[in-house]
Amino acid sequence: MSQAVLAALKSKFGDALLATSSNYGDECVTVAAAKLIEVATFLRDDPKMAFDSPVFLSCIDRLGLSESGPRFEVVIQLRSLSLRHRIRIKVPLEENKLKLPSVSALWAGFNWLERETYDMYGVEFEGHPDLRRIYLYDEFKGFPLRKDYPKDRRHPLVRREWSDE
Amino acid sequence: MSELKTLILGRKDLGDAEDFEGMPNDLMTVNMGPSHPAMHGTIRIELTIDGERVVKSDINPGYLHRGFEKESEYATYTQIFPYTDRLNYVSPLINNVGFAMAVEKLMGITELPIRAQYIRVIISEMSRITDHLTCVGASAMELGAFAPFLFLVKVREWIYELLEELTGARLTHSYVRVGGVGKDLTEGFSEKLTGLLDKMEGVLDEAKGLLNNNKIFFDRMSGVGVFSKEDAIAFGLTGPCMRACGIDLDIRKDFPYLIYDQLEFDVPVGTSGDCLDRYLVRLEEIKQSTHILRQCLAKLPGGAVMIDDPRCSLPDKQETYNSIEGMIRHFKHIVDGIRVEPGEAYTFVEGGNGELGFFIVADGTGRPWKCYCRSPSFINLQTVPKTMAGRLISDIVPIFGMINMIGGECDK
Repeated sequence: MSQAVLAALKSKFGDALLATSSNYGDECVTVAAAKLIEVATFLRDDPKMAFDSPVFLSCIDRLGLSESGPRFEVVIQLRSLSLRHRIRIKVPLEENKLKLPSVSALWAGFNWLERETYDMYGVEFEGHPDLRRIYLYDEFKGFPLRKDYPKDRRHPLVRREWSDE
Repeated sequence: MSELKTLILGRKDLGDAEDFEGMPNDLMTVNMGPSHPAMHGTIRIELTIDGERVVKSDINPGYLHRGFEKESEYATYTQIFPYTDRLNYVSPLINNVGFAMAVEKLMGITELPIRAQYIRVIISEMSRITDHLTCVGASAMELGAFAPFLFLVKVREWIYELLEELTGARLTHSYVRVGGVGKDLTEGFSEKLTGLLDKMEGVLDEAKGLLNNNKIFFDRMSGVGVFSKEDAIAFGLTGPCMRACGIDLDIRKDFPYLIYDQLEFDVPVGTSGDCLDRYLVRLEEIKQSTHILRQCLAKLPGGAVMIDDPRCSLPDKQETYNSIEGMIRHFKHIVDGIRVEPGEAYTFVEGGNGELGFFIVADGTGRPWKCYCRSPSFINLQTVPKTMAGRLISDIVPIFGMINMIGGECDK
């Protein structure tokens, strides 16, 4: 259904797209972090794309799953309410450079989802207005959804220091 | 009198300090929650207030975070069903159905036995009714209307009783399986459900009469929590809250799954996007759900309730106990889980609060590599600070009630 979107993206950006795929009826496009804002803005503003609404944003940790390739992959799912099509943008990220530009300025709904991804995977979103942990507390150490974080690790009770300003 | 009123209601705008001669005029920070009688679920709101008026609110979810995604990575696909029950615990069967559909999509199962599809629609709609009843009832109670709450919870209890009879559990059903449902409908289920729907309509009308003619309830709901169409789209709002803003999006209609395209129902849409519209949309959806249920019961076909596919169905008990192959298959199925080909897919259904989606990355083993849940509560909750800004503290109660944040689903 969204094949037209992939075709339009290919003709507009050409080699700047790292890969496209459409498995199980889900259309995906892989772009480098540096190109993300450009592609995302096109998807939002072009009348034939009109991806006006965010669906979800998360991250995949591929540690130990594949031998080669970057460890992390940020996944952004978008939807167009007027044209009723969907697309998934994927941004591969190396472990030592876990940063990508924030898309919360383009779609307000990604604000909390980016915070959640930061909380769980430690991915930093540059330009995010308020990048704090959302589910866990500030003193929490580590990023629990990473594959090298043991499932049964326990955290000590923390006592927060209150200051009288 | 007017002075007292100003004191109670707070200043009209922040610059207007004349009424407050001698009063401390700096902003105050107040914590609402994490355990507060007017909140369903545990959540903390850090309110910056000026008198009674909310200047800024910072919502901190996460008090019910149990690590659904992390736990799922260590459980077989079948073992995840009980975890999904605990996401949205007022409509657990919709979560079951959504998760099963995500796994089926990855396995390439497109055609389920038709009876299983009907049963899935029936249990989803029953769950949707319980979800909306809880939301409307609890909100009414928080606004002081206690009687409608009792009426609505009574109806909810009838549905729970019937579901308990069907699934064996009142709340955490774990009834759906990959490839169908756990067991067939119990004897006399259709008649009982028909009787229940007839009884329910009467009680709903009573409760509706109590609420719709209640001036306090109306005044506290109308014009409160208004959200514009454009904002709703940009924030990714879904479900009844989005339809209240006047956007006609229902997954069941726009991206039909199961047998929804063969059923007749209307999608109620609001006009102003305030709490009253959200309430009215929910009431109408209950009515439409009963309409769907009646159609399903009238058309309910016979046949199997589980797909005959060796990848996901357990072997016949006769075979398990009498042949070594059957025994091994049973053992592998339970211990290793359902093997799913490597791949990733996102599947979404219309949950009680909006688009409930599961994004699963499979690595070829019996356990998912990643199982992300797109919880509508979490994404809908994000809109609350915007609707609360500039309102009175008392308005937080209806706004929160109508967003219907379910702690288990929001915090995962």
